[in-house]
Amino acid sequence: MKNTKNIPVYIILFLFCLIAVFPFIWAGIAATHTNTQIYQIEWSFRIGEHMKQNAIDLKAAFPVVRNMCNSLVIAFGYTAGILIIDSMAGYAFAKYEFKGKKVIFALTLGSMFIPGQVTLIPLFIEMTSFRMINTNWAVILPGFAAVFGVFLMRQQFIGFPNELLDAAHIDGAGDFRIFLQIVMPSMKPALTSLGILSFVNQWGNFMWPLIVLNSKEKYTMPLILSLMVQPGYVTNYGAVMFGAMLALIPVLAFFLIFQKNFIDGMLSGAVKG
Amino acid sequence: MKKSLYQKMVPYIFLLPFLLFFLVFMAYPIVFSFLLSFGKYEKAALRLTGLGNFRYVLTDPLFYKAMKNTFIMMIIQVPLQTVLALILACLLNIRGIKGRGWMRMLVFMPILLDSVSYSIVFSIFFNYENGLINNTVRLLGGEGPQWLNVGWLAKTVLMIAITWRWTGYNTVIMLSGLQSISNDLYESASIDGAGRIKQFFYITVPGLKPVLIFAVVLSVNGMLQLFTEPFLLTAGGPVNETLTIVQYLYQKGFRSFDFGAASAGSYVLVILIAVLTYIQMKASREED
Repeated sequence: MKNTKNIPVYIILFLFCLIAVFPFIWAGIAATHTNTQIYQIEWSFRIGEHMKQNAIDLKAAFPVVRNMCNSLVIAFGYTAGILIIDSMAGYAFAKYEFKGKKVIFALTLGSMFIPGQVTLIPLFIEMTSFRMINTNWAVILPGFAAVFGVFLMRQQFIGFPNELLDAAHIDGAGDFRIFLQIVMPSMKPALTSLGILSFVNQWGNFMWPLIVLNSKEKYTMPLILSLMVQPGYVTNYGAVMFGAMLALIPVLAFFLIFQKNFIDGMLSGAVKG
Repeated sequence: MKKSLYQKMVPYIFLLPFLLFFLVFMAYPIVFSFLLSFGKYEKAALRLTGLGNFRYVLTDPLFYKAMKNTFIMMIIQVPLQTVLALILACLLNIRGIKGRGWMRMLVFMPILLDSVSYSIVFSIFFNYENGLINNTVRLLGGEGPQWLNVGWLAKTVLMIAITWRWTGYNTVIMLSGLQSISNDLYESASIDGAGRIKQFFYITVPGLKPVLIFAVVLSVNGMLQLFTEPFLLTAGGPVNETLTIVQYLYQKGFRSFDFGAASAGSYVLVILIAVLTYIQMKASREED
């Protein structure tokens, strides 16, 4: 009678899943509504006919194609950079002994205890003096100093068998070839985890772009959505929800393509710290 | 075997890109911010002025309010979310439950919705006049509260929203921890007659300790950085009842452009975190 024993479990799990997914469904439907329909409960679960108008309104308010491209460039650029930089650094910490390793490692670790807001103002001053304010660079570059990915990759590289590395060395392979052709291909789950987390984080990044970007053409998707609901404007929530769904598509696609690898990567302990 | 110069350089070459970014965008800003907290930033130059910034921040009632709000929400939300995620992870880990892969994916999905969009969605849900929640309550014949106009209710709404977004992520982290607990432990426990509840407290929780600590540290960190949700959902209101530390620092730094005061405020937080970490480490060492 194992099956009946599990019924309460199924009910609880179903409720959790429903709660997790509900806002997505609601927002998707709301993107087809007028501003007043959004606030009417009888419309909450009925698809409306206002989606096209919402798209037109959104486009009239912001150059949304540009904004979408900005978001994509920033998120992909950042993710690619993080994967390269953090796996190189993680590999150095995991597989080499060198002078100053302990000190560098301790400093890196120590920075994790400094809350992010400490560096906010100096970073802004730096970006101003680099003349990078209102560019994609200003959003992307500071994130490369984050240490989370370095530790994550280091943890993965530690588990890579040393015998394989030694054998490759004896065969005459150079350090960088070993890294690229032997070690990296086995890191796919970890790289996927780090890649998705970085992409999702950067895609939803709000406060920092709010500080360093200041023209409609340069804004990212979250910024234009937040500006559309600022007090003092008559917000068209239908258009906002349409924008929100637009902003969701790339992340969702990215996640669905890699989700098998991703969950495996997380489950194999990639994010155990 | 003596290493060649090239061999000695190899690890540094691997480390170089990260180190460069770390020095420019982490180490230097941390030091600069420290100096800034003792000075004023005028005409693109730093002028040291002593303890004035700290005096200003530490006598500003709004700073204390922001601290209080942040810590209240942290102390309530983090344990709640951790327990929820733990329960969910254990349920998803039961063998013989069908569709586990799907459900794992679904509960993870909330962090895909960007922080701005979800804050707006929740602000519509909890709108007093016509929000989905109060409309539903009205349909059932009741009258919902003014969620965003009462201090503790506004805090509650924020905590609900944050819990919605992050529970699934924590669940997946805990699932990864559960994989490392040997099944033999559970089998021998059930042979000894221990029920599921007992197994949970005597095997699962101790076995998950490192992962639980990791998850809690992540969540505490996240709560200390809270900005987008109060910025969009409650606008810090009503009457600053949901103003968070980062919002306060943002206002000081980028609305009043008082860089010195903002830096001093952030370093007060650093000291506070250092003290808390020290106490926590000491407590967990005594426990072992």
